Amino acid sequence: MKIMFEIIDKKKIAPDIYQLEVYAPLVAKKFLAGQFIVLRPLETSERIPLTIMRKDIENGTITLVVKAIGLSTKELCGLNAGDAITDLLGPLGHPSQIDSFGTVAIVGGGVGTAVSFAVAESLKNAGNRVISIIGARNKDFMILEDDFRAISDEVYVMTDDGSYGMKGFVTQKLIDLYAQGKTLDRVISAGPIPMMRIVADITREHKTPTIVSLNPIMVDGIGMCGGCRAVVGGKIVFVCVDGPEFDAHQVDFDSLIRRNNAYRNIEQEKEHACRLDAHIAESIKNG
Amino acid sequence: MPAAWTHTSQKVLKMDELPLKERMKIDRHPMPAQLPEERIKNFDEVNLGYSLQMAQKEAQRCLQCKDAPCTKGCPVNVHIPEFLSHVIKGDLLASADVILNDNFLPAICGRVCPQETLCESRCVLAKKGKPVAIGNLERFTADFTADLRSEREMEDIADPTGKKVALIGSGPSSLACAGDLARFGHSATVFEALHAFGGVLVFGIPEFRLPKSIVNYEINVLRRLGVRFEKNIIIGRTLTLNELFNEEGYNAVFIGAGAGLPHFIGIPGEELVGIYTANELLTRINLMKAYKKESETPVLSFLDKVVAVFGAGNTALDSARTALRMGAKKVLIIYRRSEAEMPARKEEVLHAREEGVEFIFLASPLEFVGNDDGWLAEVKLQRMELGELDDSGRRRPLPIKGSEFTMEIEMAVIAIGNGTNPLLRNTPELEFTKRGTLVVNEDTLETTKRGVFAGGDIVTGGATVISAMGAGRKAAQSIHVYLSE
Repeated sequence: MKIMFEIIDKKKIAPDIYQLEVYAPLVAKKFLAGQFIVLRPLETSERIPLTIMRKDIENGTITLVVKAIGLSTKELCGLNAGDAITDLLGPLGHPSQIDSFGTVAIVGGGVGTAVSFAVAESLKNAGNRVISIIGARNKDFMILEDDFRAISDEVYVMTDDGSYGMKGFVTQKLIDLYAQGKTLDRVISAGPIPMMRIVADITREHKTPTIVSLNPIMVDGIGMCGGCRAVVGGKIVFVCVDGPEFDAHQVDFDSLIRRNNAYRNIEQEKEHACRLDAHIAESIKNG
Repeated sequence: MPAAWTHTSQKVLKMDELPLKERMKIDRHPMPAQLPEERIKNFDEVNLGYSLQMAQKEAQRCLQCKDAPCTKGCPVNVHIPEFLSHVIKGDLLASADVILNDNFLPAICGRVCPQETLCESRCVLAKKGKPVAIGNLERFTADFTADLRSEREMEDIADPTGKKVALIGSGPSSLACAGDLARFGHSATVFEALHAFGGVLVFGIPEFRLPKSIVNYEINVLRRLGVRFEKNIIIGRTLTLNELFNEEGYNAVFIGAGAGLPHFIGIPGEELVGIYTANELLTRINLMKAYKKESETPVLSFLDKVVAVFGAGNTALDSARTALRMGAKKVLIIYRRSEAEMPARKEEVLHAREEGVEFIFLASPLEFVGNDDGWLAEVKLQRMELGELDDSGRRRPLPIKGSEFTMEIEMAVIAIGNGTNPLLRNTPELEFTKRGTLVVNEDTLETTKRGVFAGGDIVTGGATVISAMGAGRKAAQSIHVYLSE
């Protein structure tokens, strides 16, 4: 008998990046590409928003890709198969618009690759020609290549240092595709905010409708706090209930970057303090 | 556990019936409270509660008016003179029985009701400015009988009817509704999206005003009555309203989802770093316990900062006092009307003043200005004056031309009210108003969808705990009638 939010399978797919299959039958049943969940690994953890990469309705599971980067994501990645996540809520947000658009380019960087996977798969199933451009810092950090190859018509693998695939950013490949005369009917992008901003700048020139999946600071995930607000088309939107996907050409990326950076220092201080505490405790124990 | 909960061993005063003249000489007993300079350093409850003897003496001030105007001023019509008559004698269980007949959450309402505009405003003694401290006595009765009354509550539960009712949201309207449904013998299940139960009582109202232990106590009473609580389920996403009926086998649904979507002022700069909505600040602090060391939820530092809070309701004051407790150097409440129009409870305004919160009345923000890093640096304001009465019955604030001025602030909290959550709006058959509130039959609280009832802020827009509770109870009656058809 599986317990609610039990981790069924855990794989390390890159340094600090884990793929978790979690038992959440109600979420699996309802999930549509583009939606997300909010979870709390332990009783003391933050609420973390994460995008679902894949669902398995039959087994009642969802697959998450997580980078252990902050305190709470580290705790999540510290859990093992058989452990249960304390709280998990979803699916949240609006599903991605899935239609027959024609040729769609998926541009994913880092863990954002996982975010765009479900959307890419659904678009493929809807009869689109899917071109996937996935990127990572180097060979070690390249994730989900096989998954993308299985659902894409073309896959371009990019690394910043050229240690695998082609050298360069995913955005360079996008420029190249346009230069080659490829017609793109839609671009979907998820990843670091600076990357999404450049994607938006490139596609704006070519007037290609472009969707970005935003991943801002979030607390409740249900429209209650406004912490995840972003400026889109000059208006304040709540990413959790109005998004998470938006028209890339309308997003104010600058304010998004600033809002996301606001907590970075606090977390680093907290983490530092925690390590210090552990260090002190250790020294006391050792006399 | 609040201090008052441990006083049960106190000695009951033997009260003789005092003549009316004597009773009228007793002065209103102020609520004992932590000293301002102490309490701004902690998140413990500010009010400490009456002692038994204080309560007995205060209750003697009641003139036992035959027509009980106070009861008419209570949204759930608690029989106030009757419960006070038991307090005088020190028979607190009898007092609790009277209250619980009408109010299921007395420990909460005694703390958060705006008594001065409800029961206490109708008290004959209010004319002289010193009404009987009904709220304090309700709180006292509830706290002192906490251990004893849950057994009483078990006594009058009807036999199971086999009917299932789902309640959406776990705030005051759902809790009150669930309690009554359980007593009618129906099986009630409360669905909550967050990881803690209580709705606004746990994410909104701070610990120093309403300790979470009290909310948890009331929820555990409901559990003992047989109410089931399911967290991490958001109706409209995890399960739909129709699935509750068709797949989960519920016979009726109560929507008590509240009004939790924060309003923005609608001026430039509201996306700047350093500007919180009251909901975000309070959620981080209350629900996620960011003030505690072991919590991993970060909160932007308030330490030694100048903080401006916009709004003048209880939530604005809660935010201001939270900012003080988080170490702010200076906290300002900026309100576009005057003190007389403030919607907050009088006690909260008094407490905030004592703690050093400063008030700027008749000023309205025009723009937030950031520094080069995108952090809030200043706010542009303009002076206001009061004009004619508006729809809310308050004098309308009007801008004074040429009165613009700028203030340097480092943090801001926007606490100007909430709208309703959009999540259920795409449910077929449910009708919403332009304001986003649910349309209901005023007599039965049934929505436009058969078998679905609603109450609290999702129907009225942002209001009080007690009115939400009253609506929950009214809906429970209607649901009972509906299920008995």
